[in-house]
Amino acid sequence: MPLLALEGVTRTVELPDAEPLRILRGVDLEVEVGDHVSIVGRSGSGKSTLLNILGLLDEPTSGRLVFDGVPLERMRSHERDRRRGRDVGFIFQQFNLLAGRSIHDNVMTPLLYATGRDFWRRSAVAADMLARVGLGDRLDALPSQLSGGEQQRVAIARALVRGPRLILADEPTGALDVDTGASVMALLDQVAEASGAALITITHDVNVASLARRHYRLDAGVLTPTTVSPTAGLSTVAGGSL
Amino acid sequence: MRALTGLIGAIVEAWSEVRVHRTRVLLSLIGVAVAVAAITGVVAVGGVLEQSQIENQERYGGRPALLSTNIVDSSGMRTPDTGTMDAALTRLADRYDIRYHSRVLQDQLSLVTPQGVVQSNVLAVDPDYATMHRLRTMSGRMPGAADESHLAPSVVIDSSTWKLLGSPPVTGHPTVTLQGEQPVTAVVVGVQRSDCDQCYSITMLYDQFRRLNAPTESQGVVPSWEAWVPPAQAQALSTRFTADLTAEFGSGWSIQVNRNDYAAGFDGDPLLPLKIGVGGIAGLVLLLGALGLLNISLVTVRYRIREIGIRRSFGATAGRVFFSVMMESVVATLVAGVVGVALAIIALKNPITDGIVGQAVQDVPPFPVSAAILGLVVSTAVGALAGLLPALVAVRVKPIDAIRY
Repeated sequence: MPLLALEGVTRTVELPDAEPLRILRGVDLEVEVGDHVSIVGRSGSGKSTLLNILGLLDEPTSGRLVFDGVPLERMRSHERDRRRGRDVGFIFQQFNLLAGRSIHDNVMTPLLYATGRDFWRRSAVAADMLARVGLGDRLDALPSQLSGGEQQRVAIARALVRGPRLILADEPTGALDVDTGASVMALLDQVAEASGAALITITHDVNVASLARRHYRLDAGVLTPTTVSPTAGLSTVAGGSL
Repeated sequence: MRALTGLIGAIVEAWSEVRVHRTRVLLSLIGVAVAVAAITGVVAVGGVLEQSQIENQERYGGRPALLSTNIVDSSGMRTPDTGTMDAALTRLADRYDIRYHSRVLQDQLSLVTPQGVVQSNVLAVDPDYATMHRLRTMSGRMPGAADESHLAPSVVIDSSTWKLLGSPPVTGHPTVTLQGEQPVTAVVVGVQRSDCDQCYSITMLYDQFRRLNAPTESQGVVPSWEAWVPPAQAQALSTRFTADLTAEFGSGWSIQVNRNDYAAGFDGDPLLPLKIGVGGIAGLVLLLGALGLLNISLVTVRYRIREIGIRRSFGATAGRVFFSVMMESVVATLVAGVVGVALAIIALKNPITDGIVGQAVQDVPPFPVSAAILGLVVSTAVGALAGLLPALVAVRVKPIDAIRY
């Protein structure tokens, strides 16, 4: 049984005085535990919308999403929230760290929504997670005191701190330079593999996409399997350049 | 277990918010603290005003309920023999266990002063009268039971008469000559504030005035008898007094028992308009504080929408976000309320304020605990209300939109 399955998913947005905007058109996708999938596409192709649906933040207009064997329509709102907190880790392009709080507080934040051992030991768990991404000696640092690469490492630690089964990375290197992006992706790939979580990377950088085992291209809301060939200074995907 | 961790988690979140946004929280707290201090202060000042008004009215009409009894003949000019009447009234007081009562006679008398002879009003009463009418002196004291046996009458003069005497210190036992049938030297034991510059008055003990052999009855001046009784029993005692005195003196005498205190004739609270006014001002103050808080809260939530979206992506349920935002507001306003009450206590209960209030009223009203509690409750409710709208906004926002905000 796949961890996540999308069957004929569409997403349409009603616009005032205009035709409805069809963002996703019949998307089919299956993701297994431990899988690493990349989805590439141009800006406006529907990547972020797809990511939100995969992360249970948004609902399809039609079609079916089954998460861990449970259809989305059978999950109540709070159940969806809890499952998202427990099973999904988000990594955003702009890091989205909570300003004014230490990186330790930031990584502890998802554990505030946990229960049991994770909740009560959240401080130690968060400190351990930061140590795993190489920031164990800077627990009290504020996000504003860190470089972009370090902030994204904090974001990775935060995404993984609850041991999610699915990691969704939205342009994880979009705000980083090439070298830093490469090291961040290497780290993300390493910790995801170590935790056995499925990783879905949405990007327009073929070098980042090439790290995945399976590749998809999203074009005008249509998701199709593709292959990626990383080349220095040029990003291409089979069937067209990005 | 989930509920417990949820509750603790929400409190941790709320505290984290308060800590991180301390400047904003402090600003909103100042508004609420000032509002609660103001509402408590306004109620306290209102209490002092109310007490001052009560005491002023009680100086003239006596404390509620004050029954004034007259026994006169059909002409209204003559009273029974003094000894008989005094004995009858004493029996009446004993029978109904009336602790405070006084004979009252208002007359006039000539006073010999260094500035010449002046005509003065005389209030002749028993010692209880001072308590029943809250009489106060600027200096010295009111004549008491111990003065009854003194050969020289003890008198309290008003400040106008005191000036005529050259404003001597009361501690020096100044004297004034009362010109009755024979001049009598009286000892001034106290000075009262005068009602006006050119009117002179003295207060003295009833029996000592009688001994002056002043020509009262011949001029149609009749004494009355005042009794301070529980308000709830005033009506019944009035009826009993009339019946008992009629039985005692016979049908040839007219017995009149009237109630003259300020509370007479009011079914409800005679100070209700004042209380409504004070309450209205207090409510307005609190409303302004609440609006300030609401304004800050709404602006804050708009500012925090992205953060709320991020929290939602970590699994924060709508209920949890709602509760956290509410909790933050309620905790903050509760703390502000406590600070406000503390400020009010510091402002109202210090030696300087006590001194000022003590000059205005005899019985200083206690610190308005009810107003402080009301302030706390209302501030918490305002916090909940001020948190409600932002919390609703926080819950309604879609996580996706919020993260991109």
